[in-house]
Amino acid sequence: MTSITLKPSAEVRYVLRLADAALILSQRLSEWCGHAPVLEEDIALTNMALDLVGQSRALLTHAGQLHARAGGPSYDEDQWAFLREERDFFNPTICELPNSADDAAHVRSRPGDFAFTVLRNLMVATWLKQAWTRLAQSTDPEIAAIAAKALKEARYHQQHNGDWVVRLGDGTEESRARMQRALQRLWPYVSELFEDDAIDEAAAAAGLGPRSSELREAWDAEITAVLAEATMSVPGQSPFRSTGRRGVHSEHMGYLLAEMQSLQRAHPGTVW
Amino acid sequence: MSAQQEWPLWEVFVRSRAGLDHKHCGSLHAPDAAMAIQMAREVYTRRQEGSSVWVVKASDITASDPRDKDMYFDPMEDKVYRHPTFYKLPDAVDHM
Repeated sequence: MTSITLKPSAEVRYVLRLADAALILSQRLSEWCGHAPVLEEDIALTNMALDLVGQSRALLTHAGQLHARAGGPSYDEDQWAFLREERDFFNPTICELPNSADDAAHVRSRPGDFAFTVLRNLMVATWLKQAWTRLAQSTDPEIAAIAAKALKEARYHQQHNGDWVVRLGDGTEESRARMQRALQRLWPYVSELFEDDAIDEAAAAAGLGPRSSELREAWDAEITAVLAEATMSVPGQSPFRSTGRRGVHSEHMGYLLAEMQSLQRAHPGTVW
Repeated sequence: MSAQQEWPLWEVFVRSRAGLDHKHCGSLHAPDAAMAIQMAREVYTRRQEGSSVWVVKASDITASDPRDKDMYFDPMEDKVYRHPTFYKLPDAVDHM
């Protein structure tokens, strides 16, 4: 099945960046289904994946309407998710990283590292919580409604994963070492979440939503507080900049999409 | 995992949206009370079952001994007069 082509306006790209963050992290979390350390947490992780896929569905559907309003085809949620090329996904890179603090080990050890998973969930949930809080005031009533609903989910994701980060960071020697490794691995990907570009400026000017940079202060305060409780400290700044939100992804994204999209590509229009 | 390392068992009580009382609905393992509440939310309220959750450490529950069942509960079998079915209600009291 051939890919869809898009000419996204700044508005559509702003919505797709959020939708893709939720969609791609959801895909990563779904790898835990049936593999989590305990049954209860298996359900918790997949519940979270379902919350995220719900958020992305609502946003992708809305992106389709905005895309059509700007003169393009009106794509539905499935077309956005399953028939887009890698370069047309705009999630921040942090969402697509394999569930592993060790770049080389993830292939051998799927579903992966639990410390890495809960720390990334905490970071992304805290970021999304700030975003949803601001987006609930969006001039786009559809976005405001999606944000109001998603905010409740993000608050819970932040609490649940934050509790794990504290327990493991301030836990045994082994759990602390793993959490520390996860922190070192993830921290360089944080900067991207708060970098402004022309899409942010357009969104801010239109009242659609906040600039990325406006979320940084609250995010820093909340993450620093959780890490302090976990007796861990914030790593130093890294010169590295990831670029997923511009459509330039890590080497892991292609594999993720291959798995996520293969069914729709092989059997177009399949439903269940 | 040895028995020592196993997380404690928690009994879960959920109050439904319309209900007034918390009803026992199952149990789960969790490292402590705060996490047990979150796990209970994940496991037992996924389908809008609840508006409030209690958890109690299973080891903190004192239960009657099943071997005492006949001594404890059978003597009540022939005491129908303890049910309030012998009163004649005034007509003004409907639907009792």
